[in-house]
Amino acid sequence: MTALLEMQGIRKRFGELVALDGVDLSVEERDVHALLGENGAGKSTLMNVLYGLYAPDGGRILLRGEDARIGGPRDAIARGIGMIHQHFMLIPPLTVTENVVLGDERTGALLDRRVIRERVRELQSRFGIEVDPDARVEDLPLGLQQRVEILKVLYRGSDLLVFDEPTAVLTPQEVDELFAIVRTLREQGKTVILITHKLREVFAVTDRITVLRLGRNAGSLVTSATTAGEIARLMVGRELRELRPRATAGSRDVVLEVTGLGALSDRGTPALLDVGLTVHAGEVLGIAGIGGNGQSELAECIMGLRRPTAGDMRIGGADVSRDGPRRTRAGGVCYVPEDRRREGLVLAFTVADNLILGKQAGPPYATFGVLDPQVIEREGALLAREFDVRPPNPLAIAGNLSGGNQQKVVLGRELSSSPRLIVVSQPSRGLDIAATEYVHDRLLEQRARGAAILLISSELDEIRALSDRIAVMYEGRIVATLPAAEATEERLGLLMAGHESAGAA
Amino acid sequence: MTVDMVIGASVLAATLRLAAPILLAALGGVISERAGVVNIALEGSMLVGAFVGIVAAEQTDSIVIGVAAAIIAGTLLAGIHAIAAIHWRSDQIVSGMALNILALGLTSYLNFQLYGTTGTPADVPDLPTVADQSILVWVSLALVPLTHLFLFGTVSGLRLRAVGEHPRAAETVGIGVRRVRYAAVLASGALAGLGGAYLSLSVAHSFTDGMTAGRGFIGLAAVIFGKWSPIGALVAALLFGYGNALSTSLQGATIGDTRVPVQLLGTLPYLLTILAVAGFVGRSRPPAADGVPYEKEGH
Repeated sequence: MTALLEMQGIRKRFGELVALDGVDLSVEERDVHALLGENGAGKSTLMNVLYGLYAPDGGRILLRGEDARIGGPRDAIARGIGMIHQHFMLIPPLTVTENVVLGDERTGALLDRRVIRERVRELQSRFGIEVDPDARVEDLPLGLQQRVEILKVLYRGSDLLVFDEPTAVLTPQEVDELFAIVRTLREQGKTVILITHKLREVFAVTDRITVLRLGRNAGSLVTSATTAGEIARLMVGRELRELRPRATAGSRDVVLEVTGLGALSDRGTPALLDVGLTVHAGEVLGIAGIGGNGQSELAECIMGLRRPTAGDMRIGGADVSRDGPRRTRAGGVCYVPEDRRREGLVLAFTVADNLILGKQAGPPYATFGVLDPQVIEREGALLAREFDVRPPNPLAIAGNLSGGNQQKVVLGRELSSSPRLIVVSQPSRGLDIAATEYVHDRLLEQRARGAAILLISSELDEIRALSDRIAVMYEGRIVATLPAAEATEERLGLLMAGHESAGAA
Repeated sequence: MTVDMVIGASVLAATLRLAAPILLAALGGVISERAGVVNIALEGSMLVGAFVGIVAAEQTDSIVIGVAAAIIAGTLLAGIHAIAAIHWRSDQIVSGMALNILALGLTSYLNFQLYGTTGTPADVPDLPTVADQSILVWVSLALVPLTHLFLFGTVSGLRLRAVGEHPRAAETVGIGVRRVRYAAVLASGALAGLGGAYLSLSVAHSFTDGMTAGRGFIGLAAVIFGKWSPIGALVAALLFGYGNALSTSLQGATIGDTRVPVQLLGTLPYLLTILAVAGFVGRSRPPAADGVPYEKEGH
C-alpha cells in the first residue's frame, strides 16, 4: 500500500539558516500522524512547504504515489490538503456559516444564506462538529472557533488535515472534545497530521509519529510501541531530567497580600472582581486559567501599571495600592511580562541596554543623566554570561535573538536585583523544551533563595510543575485556591471552565 | 423665526440638495473602508469630477458625457491613491492628502487656462430634474439600498468585508486581497466623481476653484458617524445637509430680540462629527484592517 503523502528529501533555507535539511515524511491514509519537534525543529516550515506557502529548495512531494507540485495554498486546497492554522484565519464579525464558505461560496452572485447554512449543517452532522451556524465568530470561545476552522477545511473537501499546534489555546476539556472530533475524522476516512510538542497529546490520539530535530529527521515511531521518554530523547537529543524534588516552602512570612481587588479592563469592563490572595516568602503561587480571565490585569495592578478600582494590596505589610511601577520596583518587586517582545524588551536596543533598563537613571550607569556606555557594556556582558544569553554579546540587538534568549535577557534584568517578589506571566510561552527548563530552574532557584513568586500561566503542566499552591481565575475572580498536591489536572480544568463546585474537596 | 424656517418644505428640499454630494462621497468611503483602505482623496476625486464634468459637458454639449467624464476623472484620481496605498503600501493619509492638494492645484490651473478670468461659460447643459430635485439626488438616494445589498447580500460584498477585516484570512481562502481593494477604491472615486458632477453641473452650473469646500471630508465624517454602513451614512448625510440648510434658512432670523447665531448653528454638524468620532454616539468600530496596508507573506 502506498502512503497518502510522501515528502522526500525536503530542503529549505532562509538565507544562512538551513531550516529543513533533507526531511522525509510518510503519512498513511486514515492515520493520525504526529509531527513532533522542538521550536525551530522545522515542523511548521515543513507543513508550510506542503501547503504551498514556501517553495522548497529541494526534494519532492508525492500524493497517492503521484508527483505533486504545490505552488500555493490554492493548489494545496485543490489537492485536498487543508490547514487548521494555529492563529485562526477567521473573520470575527462574520457568522460561522459565512466564514466556512468564504472564498468558495458556490451560490451565484447573490448570497443565498439558506443554501449555505444548509450545507454547513450537513457537514456538521456528518463529522459531529457542533457549533451554531448563525453565531458570530467573535462571540465564540476559542474552542468553538477552532471548530469553524475545521469546518472550513472540510467544506473545501480536504482529505488530509494539518493541525498546527491546535491545543495551545484550549482548556483541557476542549482538548478532549477536539480529540473526539479528530477520531471522528479518521473514522470518516480523513487523514490528520498533528503538529505538536506536547507528548500527552501524542499518546491520546495519534497512530504514528515523526520526530524532527534541527531540520532533520530524528526518528519515526509507532505510537503504541513507544514511550514518552523515548520521544523526548529524540526531540531534545539527550535525556530529560526528572521533575526536581522540592523542599517545602521555608518561612511563612507573607510577602504579597491582596484583598478585595477590583479593576477594569482596557475596554472599561470589569476585569477583576474581589480578588484576594497571599504569597509567602519562598513560595510559588500559580495562577491557572484560560487567557483573558483577568490574569493580565492582576499582574498589572500589582506592578502599578493599572489602577485598581477597589481593594488593597500590601507588599511586606506596606500598602502599595497607589504606587506606580517605579515605586513598586524600588520596593523589591520584579516583573516578567507575558509578552516579552512588546513589554519585556526594547527590541531595537542592545542586550546590554535592555539589561540595565529601569536602573539607567543613577550610578553606576549614569552620572548627571549622562550614560556611561563602558560600564553598561561591562555589566551587560557579565549578566549575559551569567544568564547564558547566546550569543553572549552585550552589543547584539535584542530583536535578533531567539525567543529563548530574549527571555533570558528579561530574566537577567529582573532577577539580578534579588527581588523579594517576582511576578511572572507566561514565562515559557513560545519557548522550546530546553529553554523552558532553563527558565523553570531559574525561578525555582529564586524560590529557594526565599523570593515569593506569583506565577501566571495558561500551561497547566507549568503551573503544576512549579507551584506550591494553585489559584484558578475565571471571569475576573479567583474561584478556588488549592494546595498543589490536590490540584489534579481534571479538577483544574473544570475550575478553569467555570465549574466552581470542583473547588470543594 | 417661524416653524417654516426650521422644517418647512423649502428647508427639507434644501436638505436633500445639500445632502446628496455628502452622501455620494460617504457611500464611496463606506465601500473603500469596508475593504480596508481609507480614501481621504475623495475630496480630490470630487473636485476633479466637478471640473472635468463641466469641461466635458461644455465641450461636447452633452450632459451624459459630462457626468460620465466626471465619474472617470474621479476614478482615475482614486486609482493613483490605490496604487500608492495598495501597491506601494504608503501611508494612506499622506497619499490622500497629497492627491487632494494636487487636485486643487490642477483644477484651479486648468480652469484659468481654459476659461481665464471670465469663468465657466453660461451655456453648459443642465441635468434633468425629477420632482424639483436633480436626478442625481434621486440616484444618490437609490444607491443607498443598492450599496447595502451589495455589501451584505452578495458574494462580492462578503469577500470585500472579509478583506477589510482580516486580509490574511481572506488570502488563505483564495481571495485576491489586492484586487478587491483596487476595485473598492476605484468605486469610491467613481462615486465621489459623481458627487462632483452634481455640484458643478446641477447646483452651481459652473466651476469655481475649490468648490467642493470639504464635502468629501464631511462625507468621510458621515462614514464614521454612520458606523461604516450605507444606511448610517444616509442618516449622517441628511443630518449634515439639514444643518447646512438650517444655517441658510435662519439667516437673519430672530428669537425675540436675539439674532439666531447662524454661524454657530452651522458648526453643529461638525461638532456632532467630533462627538461621533470620539465614540459618544454609540459604539463605533471601524473594519479591523481599515487603513492598514496588506503585505503578502513572502516565499
